[in-house]
Amino acid sequence: MHPAIQGLLTIAIGVSGCVGYFFLSNQFLDKVLFPARGPNAGRNINRANMIRPWLFLLPALVAIGLYLAYPVVETLRLSLTDRVAGGGYKWVGLDNYVQMVAEPKFWEAMRNNMFWLIVVPAMSTAFGLLAAQLTDRIRWGNIAKALIFMPMAISFVGASVIWKLIYDARPAEQDQIGILNALYLFFGGAEPQTWLTIPFWNNFFLMGILIWIQTGFAMVILSAALRGIPEETVEAAVLDGANPFQIFFKIKVPQIWNTILVVWTTITILVLKVFDIVFAMTNGQWETQVLANYMYDKMFRANDWGVGSASAMVIMLLVTPILVWNIRNARREME
Amino acid sequence: MSDIAGTKPALRWIVQASVLFLVVLWVIPTLGLLISSFRTADQIATSGWWKSLFPSEQNLTLRTAAPDTQILENGMYVIEGNLFDEGQKATISKWGVSSRAVDAFEPGQTAELRRGGTITVDANGNYKAQNAEEFTGSRGPRVFVSAELPPEFTLDNYHKVLLAEDSTDSMGRAFFNTLTVTIPATIIPILVAAFAAYALAWMEFPGRALLIAAIVGLLVVPLQLALIPLLKFHLNIGIGKGYLGVWMAHTGFGMPLAIYLLRSYMAGLPRDLIENARVDGASEFQIFTKLILPLSFPALASFAILQFLWTWNDLLVAKVFLIDASGQTTVMTNRIVELLGTRGGNWEILATAAFVSIIVPLIVFFAMQKYLVRGLLAGSVK
Repeated sequence: MHPAIQGLLTIAIGVSGCVGYFFLSNQFLDKVLFPARGPNAGRNINRANMIRPWLFLLPALVAIGLYLAYPVVETLRLSLTDRVAGGGYKWVGLDNYVQMVAEPKFWEAMRNNMFWLIVVPAMSTAFGLLAAQLTDRIRWGNIAKALIFMPMAISFVGASVIWKLIYDARPAEQDQIGILNALYLFFGGAEPQTWLTIPFWNNFFLMGILIWIQTGFAMVILSAALRGIPEETVEAAVLDGANPFQIFFKIKVPQIWNTILVVWTTITILVLKVFDIVFAMTNGQWETQVLANYMYDKMFRANDWGVGSASAMVIMLLVTPILVWNIRNARREME
Repeated sequence: MSDIAGTKPALRWIVQASVLFLVVLWVIPTLGLLISSFRTADQIATSGWWKSLFPSEQNLTLRTAAPDTQILENGMYVIEGNLFDEGQKATISKWGVSSRAVDAFEPGQTAELRRGGTITVDANGNYKAQNAEEFTGSRGPRVFVSAELPPEFTLDNYHKVLLAEDSTDSMGRAFFNTLTVTIPATIIPILVAAFAAYALAWMEFPGRALLIAAIVGLLVVPLQLALIPLLKFHLNIGIGKGYLGVWMAHTGFGMPLAIYLLRSYMAGLPRDLIENARVDGASEFQIFTKLILPLSFPALASFAILQFLWTWNDLLVAKVFLIDASGQTTVMTNRIVELLGTRGGNWEILATAAFVSIIVPLIVFFAMQKYLVRGLLAGSVK
């Protein structure tokens, strides 16, 4: 069957299946199981209402349980086992973790990830805040915002191609086609650099891509927060003779501090999962490995599910503090 | 906000200039790729894309028309014509007839041809080759020119990338595969999540708060954890790698965000509306389909855009759950990564392929930016 027809069929089956399930299960509950008539009408209505939420929730809970909750447990289990030749698993305790921390590539990935975790959220938030503050004050601000926001829609892979062209290097005697090298030579650089192979610094060239993508996100969120600041606080500061920088850093920033934190953590989570950029640009060569790509390497190239799962658990562990913080925030919100 | 900026013109100019700088910085990378996708391989390899917007000085090797077009004129064999393609407006500054002296002559001068005869070349590319004997051979004599060429762009790359039969370059199939992955993976989770979100927002039952907390927690669980367990699961239940698997995976992974976004929106709907409907005897199912779903359209649209962008741009999930050894089910992101590996130097193919994959999300982005912003706001500022 042609995939497109298969796709249309899936949409039809999926949608009608969903609607059918919800409709029929509700009908069944109200008409057959606990009909709202006869001697027990009142009791039946109550019982039906106790069950109904779970009818509504069931498909979603199955999807979430199967695709997100179960994998966490299963990955933990896999990280503590090894595959035995010919099928089956054997319990190896922490061997996979021991093997992993003995590998220099793992520590390279950890080190790089730490830099990613500091640099990308910090720079994206800073640029985003700057752009939000500046564009709020000018007439063509909305166009400017849309253009800075645009990279959000571009895939990491597409962005990688875009930036690969920027970082391109040609031999010194040829015309440069990468704009970075062209500028570098124009401003007196001695010879063209192959930016992506300069150990340590190449990490920052990769981070630049994610900053470019995420700044728009930070800008949009922070811009909304800035607009939510009560005018009176700013007006009072103006009357007291505060200069624009004081107003920005002492009046506005403290009031949107919570939003800044939310933006920061959202980008942090994204950074921990970043895979496509490194995979497409360098594939972890020249000391640019990161955890997510290390894990992919282990699982699908080396076929070592044990160590792969162990490194996935490391990513999970790094996310956990944010997870807890999010849940606490959400609960406070609900009360 | 009309505070300080309004009172100090200097500051206002600084603001304008800084924003302009930021915008240029943010647009230039994409612009470079876009322009490159309209240039030929030669142009991309020999000069930066920023130069293509202006006339450029180039060294070209051209040929006169073939000898079989010669005519006999006053006892001389003559080949006449223009060196450039029709419609091309170039200005020659120097030219030559030997590869060792490519700039030996000025426009208008006459050179001796190596195989007999003479040739005159004008600045606009008109030439006249004359010989007392007949010109022989299958091709005309070579002419080397240094010429200033106007900006020139071509659609050939798009033609090649989208329509070529040759499977190494073609993105056509990958484009449709991506679409096939994306559309069901956007629609189905919305429906499933909407019902759940309604239950979490407007039904009272024990364990509700706990469920919401769990969903908030699962929002940040890294996808990476799910890869191996679910691939194993898919292989066990017999769907293996394929569209069904990738649709299910995207549905599962998108679910927490969908429920979270929709629940917070639905919880904000006026209570009276729902209570009144209940008093009037509407069933929960009717309330949901007739009242909640239409009212929640903005939130549904927000999530649909986020999910569409995410599934369209995804590489990892497709690589793990969809793409098998046959290569028939590849998606665009994966094709581009392959091109980066095998044809890293072929910028014309790479740039065009990348742009084909970027253009759809960009259209969606600009058309529905309002909903996207709303979705991001609801998804994070809570």
